[in-house]
Amino acid sequence: MAFEGLSERLQGTMTKIKGKGKVSEADVKEMMREVRFALIEADVNLKVVKEFVKKVSERAAGSDVMESLTPGQQVVKIVKDELTELMGGEQSKIEFSTKQPTVIMMVGLQGAGKTTTTGKLAGLLRKKHNRKPLLVAADVYRPAAVQQLETVGKQLTIPVFSKGTDISPVEIARQAIEHAKAEHLDTVIIDTAGRLHIDDALMQELKDIRALKEPDEIFLVVDAMTGQDAVNVAQSFDEAIGITGVVLTKLDGDTRGGAALSIRTVTQKPIKFIGMGEKLDALDVFHPERMASRILGMGDMLSLIEKAQTSVDEEKAKQLEEKFRTSSFTFDDFLEQLAQVKQMGPLDEILKMLPGANKIKGLENAKVDESQMGRVEAIIYSMTTQEKTTPEIINANRKKRIARGSGTSIQDVNRLLKQFEDMKKMMKQMSGMNSKKGKKKMSMPGLDSLFK
Amino acid sequence: MSFFKKLKDKFAGNAEQEQSTEKYKEGLEKTRTGFTSRINDLVAKYRKVDEDFFEELEEVLLQADVGFETVLELMDELRYEVQRKNVRDTSNVQSVISEKLVEIYQAGEPELNEIKFADGLTVILMVGVNGVGKTTTIGKLAHRLKNEGKSVMLAAGDTFRAGAIEQLDVWGQRVGVDVIKQAAGSDPAAVMYDAVRSAKSRGVDVLICDTAGRLQNKVNLMNELEKVHRVLGREIPGAPHEVLLALDATTGQNAMIQAQTFKEVTEVTGIVLTKLDGTAKGGIVLAIRNKLKIPVKFVGLGEKMDDLQPFDPQKYVYGLFAEGLDKEDKLEEDSADK
Repeated sequence: MAFEGLSERLQGTMTKIKGKGKVSEADVKEMMREVRFALIEADVNLKVVKEFVKKVSERAAGSDVMESLTPGQQVVKIVKDELTELMGGEQSKIEFSTKQPTVIMMVGLQGAGKTTTTGKLAGLLRKKHNRKPLLVAADVYRPAAVQQLETVGKQLTIPVFSKGTDISPVEIARQAIEHAKAEHLDTVIIDTAGRLHIDDALMQELKDIRALKEPDEIFLVVDAMTGQDAVNVAQSFDEAIGITGVVLTKLDGDTRGGAALSIRTVTQKPIKFIGMGEKLDALDVFHPERMASRILGMGDMLSLIEKAQTSVDEEKAKQLEEKFRTSSFTFDDFLEQLAQVKQMGPLDEILKMLPGANKIKGLENAKVDESQMGRVEAIIYSMTTQEKTTPEIINANRKKRIARGSGTSIQDVNRLLKQFEDMKKMMKQMSGMNSKKGKKKMSMPGLDSLFK
Repeated sequence: MSFFKKLKDKFAGNAEQEQSTEKYKEGLEKTRTGFTSRINDLVAKYRKVDEDFFEELEEVLLQADVGFETVLELMDELRYEVQRKNVRDTSNVQSVISEKLVEIYQAGEPELNEIKFADGLTVILMVGVNGVGKTTTIGKLAHRLKNEGKSVMLAAGDTFRAGAIEQLDVWGQRVGVDVIKQAAGSDPAAVMYDAVRSAKSRGVDVLICDTAGRLQNKVNLMNELEKVHRVLGREIPGAPHEVLLALDATTGQNAMIQAQTFKEVTEVTGIVLTKLDGTAKGGIVLAIRNKLKIPVKFVGLGEKMDDLQPFDPQKYVYGLFAEGLDKEDKLEEDSADK
C-alpha cells in the first residue's frame, strides 16, 4: 500500500530479520530499499534519492547501527537527521535593501499560487517587519489575474499598482518602483505571470524585470504536490534568473512534499515560507525538521505540541488537573476542554499531525465530524446546573428532556453519559499513576473517545 | 443561429481543428521518431535484456511520476513476457514495452476520450484542487464544443477565489458563450441552480460548471462540492453527465489521492491532464486508470483556446519513454561535464 510511513515500512523489514542476532550488510541493503521506496513515494526526485541513499547507506553500515538493539530505529533516525541537514539547518531571514525600496519578485509555474502568496507575504511583512508594501500586478496574460491581485489587496488594505494588460510587464514593474519611491512605500512585491520554465520568451521577460533594479529577493513559488519534475523547474528558474529562496504552497493538503527536498538539493537555495491554507494569513516560516518528518510519513508532533502550547491556557490546565485528582470533574469542565481542543484548529488537521495516525485502521481517511462536537455541546447545554455537576441524577425522564432540548436522541445522551463516566474512570487511574510534571499540559482525556 | 452561420462556423472550426491537430501531430511525430531512436540507443547500450536494462527502464518510468507500485508491476510483467517469448535481444523488447504500457493503461477497457452527451441538456462539472487549470480548461472545452456546433453556457461556480468569476467571464467573451454568475462569496450551489434553470429555458446543448479549487482533505469544502453535485442531479435527472477532474501534469503521487477522493464525492467520469506542454509527464494517470478506472479524456497543451486535445494513450506512452530517455542522457552528459 502506498503512502505508508518509513517507520512502518522499516518495521516490516525488521520483523523479517528479527530472528537474527546481528544485522548484516545485506539487511542494511534491504532496509535501504525501503528508504528508497518511501522517498520516491513522497515525490523526492529519483536522482536526489539515489545520492541520498548512498550517503545514508555509508552511515548505516557503521558499527553503531549494526550493533544496536534496534537497528530499524537507528536507520530511521539517521535518515531523518540527514534529511533535516539536507533541507537546511536554520531558518533564513528575508533580505531588505538599505536603499529604498526593497524589491521582491515572485516567479513560478502556472497555478503554483503566486498571487495568493504575494498577498500573504505582503501581510506578513507588514505585520512582522513593519513594512509598507506595494503589490504590483505584472501578470498581463492570464485572464483576470490583475483583478485577482486587486481583490487580494483590497482584502488586506494594501495598495496595488496595476496598469491593465496592455502595457508590458517590464514597464509596469519599472513604473511601480518609481511609484513606490514617490509614495514612500518601502517594499515592492512583483506578482509575475505563471510561465513554463522552457518558455524562452517569457523567461527573458523575467530577466528584463530583474534588470530594472536588482531584486533583493526572487522567490520561486512551488506547489508542494509537484512530482519528479520539481527538479527541472527549480533548476531552470534558478539558472535563468537566480532565485534567492523558495515558497512551498498548498502544504495544508495531504501530500508528503518530497519536492521540497529535490528543490533544496538541486538549487541549494533555502525554503523560506510555506503556504498552509487559502486564508490570507496562512503563511508560515519553514521548519526543516518538520518537513523531514512529513516526507517520511512520521507525523508532525512538533507542530502539534506548539499548537497545543499556544492554544491551551496553562492556568486552566492546572485547575483541570486538580479536578482530575479530586474527581470533581464536571460537564462544565468538559465543555471548556472541548472549546480548547477546538481552538487548536480543525480536528482532522490535528489528527494528521499525530505520528502514525494515518496508519490506525479506520483513521487513515478520518474525516472528523465537527458537527459531532456541536451535538455533544448541545446536549451539555441542555442540562441543568445540577445535572452537570452530578450526572448521576439523570434518570429516564431527564434524559428525555435533554434529548428534546438539544435536538438529539436519547441514545445520543446515553452515549455521552457513558463516555463521560469512562473518562472519569480513566482520569482516576491516570492521576493515581503520579505522572511526570511535563506531561500534564498535554493530557487531554476525552479527545480520543470523541472520535469513536 | 442561421443555417449558413452554423455551416460557416463548422467549416471555420474544422479548419482550425485540422490546423491544431497538425500541430499536435507534428509535436508527436518528433516524439515518436525520438522514441524509436532512443530505444535504439538503449538497444545499442545494452545488447542484452538484462537487469541493468530493466533498471534503466524502471528509472525512466519513475521519473515520469508513474509511481513505484505501477512501475514494479510493469517490470514484473515485462520480465515475464521477455522470458515467455524468449526475447534476448533488446531490439525485440521495444514492442513488448509499449504494448504492456498501453495494456496497463487500458486494462482491457474501450478507449473513452470523448464527452458523453445526453439527449437534452448535457451538464459537465469541472472539479480539482487549487491551481490545476480548471477555469482555463473550461474556456478551451467551451471553444471546442462550440466548434463542434453545440451551444454552450458556462456557470461561474468558483465564488471563493479572488478574480475567479472575472476569469471565467473573460473566457466566455473570448469564446463567445454566456456566463451565468452571481456575486463573489455567494453559495455555489445557488449559482448552479440558477445556471441550470437558464440553460434549460434558453435551450442550450451543454452547460459547463466551474467550481472553486479545493484540496481533497478539506472535509467542509468536499461536502460543499457534494452539495453542488446533488443540486445538479436534482434539477436534471442524470446530471452532471460528465464530471471532469483537472489534474496538473506536474503533480506527483498525490494525484492518486486526489482522484480517489474526488471520485468518492462526485463520481468523476474522466480526467483532463493539464500543463502537459511543460517537461512533466503526469505518469500517475497510468496508475489512476489502472486502480480507479478513471480514463484521461483530454490533455491541455498550452494557454490558447485550441490547446485542448483528446487523449491518445499510444502517443502518450511513447512520449513517456522517448523524452524520459532523452532526459536521462542529457543528465548523464551534464554530470559527465562536471
